[in-house]
Amino acid sequence: MDALISGAGLLLDWHVIIALLIGSIGGVVIGAIPGVGAAVAIAILLPATFSLPPLVGLTMLLGIYGSSMYGGALPAVLLNTPGTAVNALTTYDGYPMTQRGEGRRAVALAYSASFVGGIISIIALIALSPLLALIAPMFGSREIFLAALLGIILVVLAHRGQTFAAGMLAAFGILLHTVGLEPVNYTRRFTFDQSWLASGVDLIVVVLGLFALSQAFLLLSQPDEQPQATSVQGSVLSGLKELWLYKRVASVASGFGVMMGMVPGVGEFTAQFMAYTYAQKTSKTPEMFGKGSPEGLIASEAANNAVPAAAMIPLLALGIPGEALTAMMLSVFYVHNVIPGPQLFQNQMDFVMALYLALLVLNVLVLVFLLFSTNVLTRIIQVPTRLVGIVILLLSFVGVYSLRNSMTDCAIASVFGVLGVILKRLNLPLVPIILGMVLGGIMEVKLRSSMPRVKTPLDMIDRPIAMILFALILLVIALHIRTLIREHRKG
Amino acid sequence: MSRVKTLQELFKRYRRPGDIVFAWVFLILSLFLVSQLDSQAPWKPNGKTFSQPAFWPTVAVYAMSFFAAFHLLSSFLSERLEGRWSEVWSWVKSVEYAGWFMAYVSLVPKLGYLPMTMVFAVLLGLRAGYRSVKVLGFLLILAIVIVVVFKGFLQVKIPGAAIYEYLPTALRSFFLTYI
Repeated sequence: MDALISGAGLLLDWHVIIALLIGSIGGVVIGAIPGVGAAVAIAILLPATFSLPPLVGLTMLLGIYGSSMYGGALPAVLLNTPGTAVNALTTYDGYPMTQRGEGRRAVALAYSASFVGGIISIIALIALSPLLALIAPMFGSREIFLAALLGIILVVLAHRGQTFAAGMLAAFGILLHTVGLEPVNYTRRFTFDQSWLASGVDLIVVVLGLFALSQAFLLLSQPDEQPQATSVQGSVLSGLKELWLYKRVASVASGFGVMMGMVPGVGEFTAQFMAYTYAQKTSKTPEMFGKGSPEGLIASEAANNAVPAAAMIPLLALGIPGEALTAMMLSVFYVHNVIPGPQLFQNQMDFVMALYLALLVLNVLVLVFLLFSTNVLTRIIQVPTRLVGIVILLLSFVGVYSLRNSMTDCAIASVFGVLGVILKRLNLPLVPIILGMVLGGIMEVKLRSSMPRVKTPLDMIDRPIAMILFALILLVIALHIRTLIREHRKG
Repeated sequence: MSRVKTLQELFKRYRRPGDIVFAWVFLILSLFLVSQLDSQAPWKPNGKTFSQPAFWPTVAVYAMSFFAAFHLLSSFLSERLEGRWSEVWSWVKSVEYAGWFMAYVSLVPKLGYLPMTMVFAVLLGLRAGYRSVKVLGFLLILAIVIVVVFKGFLQVKIPGAAIYEYLPTALRSFFLTYI
């Protein structure tokens, strides 16, 4: 309770309040513009936040992360174009509702479901915090190594139908992390005697290239499009009232979001898939799913918006990011010398609580903002795509160049920009590269530091948490193989 | 024959044109990196395997090769898709904008952040096919806003341009700090 009060005190700093306002409102706008999304915005803003105090920088980025999905629902419902990738499922039922002339109802339900998903997730986090504070110190080097290994395995296996591609890209990410001077023995690794490679490949440069520059190149090299949306008539406040009729679907979907958000490497898509399947199976009108079912829309939005807060659990408690956006945030923590992990929960619980409360406040801010700005946003989402591309390209410069004022970084980011274009056009995942880089670094450090206490391979799993994590790794692999065999037999 | 069919079924997957080209390039890159392991990530004579500097690069490069080989195999076994070279051409087309980006990056330290952002915003607008004064004017204003917000307000680290050295003393420090 003391931590909660101190956390609230930290939030009352006006710098934090302004950062939260900019982040949450900016996140909605960014999420609403098809082709931008939170990843691009966070990648660009990341270096700019390095000069800000940790809580100010993090609340701004958290604001964008937590609110972009609200904004992304708007073009998904009105234009059949998801603002962010995770709003894709929202188009299934949201757009048919708009076609039926129920655009206002669909938007209202999407906002309300997102709000409920976000709030349930944060309440779960706050409630779980004492337990996390208890468990987190049990994670030593071995446990964190195994958790990171589990994260990598889940990232690869979660990409169903693209497992090999995800595997090779995750391994590529691990390789990228190793390039440069190795920090213990100062051995040069994969530098090919090039001095510019000695300092390694910076994670932020890769992130900016893969997410921001690639999007700019893609939008500029494709035909220009200008989405057309009709305005929403009437208040969207009625959504909360109607959501009460579907409270079971909203709460279960939020639960899936919380659970999947906590598991590294899984994220929004799995949560949505599970929530949507559940909603369809338990619905009295399953035939309406995909044709404008309010339950389908609620399941999708509540599940995806419950993920951001839950994804902070492995990041804050273990220092293990579950997906690309939390991986980006990890670099903000490191820059400010705030090391996420068990120590953070023991020593800076007020800081953790301040972040949770910031998430809570941003959900309220966003809902209030959306109630009054939906029609303004419908005009913003009609920006031509090439114009968006130009803006992203100009802003990417700030992100890459301000990092170290290095032309080399910009050239590397450009190369990754082109790689990102190829991967996006082939519909191959980008996230395994980023997680490979981050988790590869964690695995290398933690495996090395656990070595003095490990005499035989069995010593790696001689503690309860390590044993559970190892069993989970085996279970995940076994379940994946079983699913493959079943699918194969079914044909 | 049935075993061959089973193998095909097992590895079939959703893909897009150009997938096989990427699969080949990635596998060749992986095998090249494997061939460079001895020189680029040498093993030290002493020390535990897991603590060796070469351990993780070796794991990564072999894993890349392993997965890339299966990725390519699955491309081979899946249905042939037309239009692979037009897809590759669209990848090449994106390189043009990487060139624009690098030109912008190389000119900012010489000619200044604000002037170059304004010039590139308008040039990119023209390249993207916009001709109306309204859109180009919007891009010009946007360029100014970006510079004011990031350099003036957020004080991001973008050094002053070399050309500002030729300005009168009174203007020089203002330009170096804010523009």
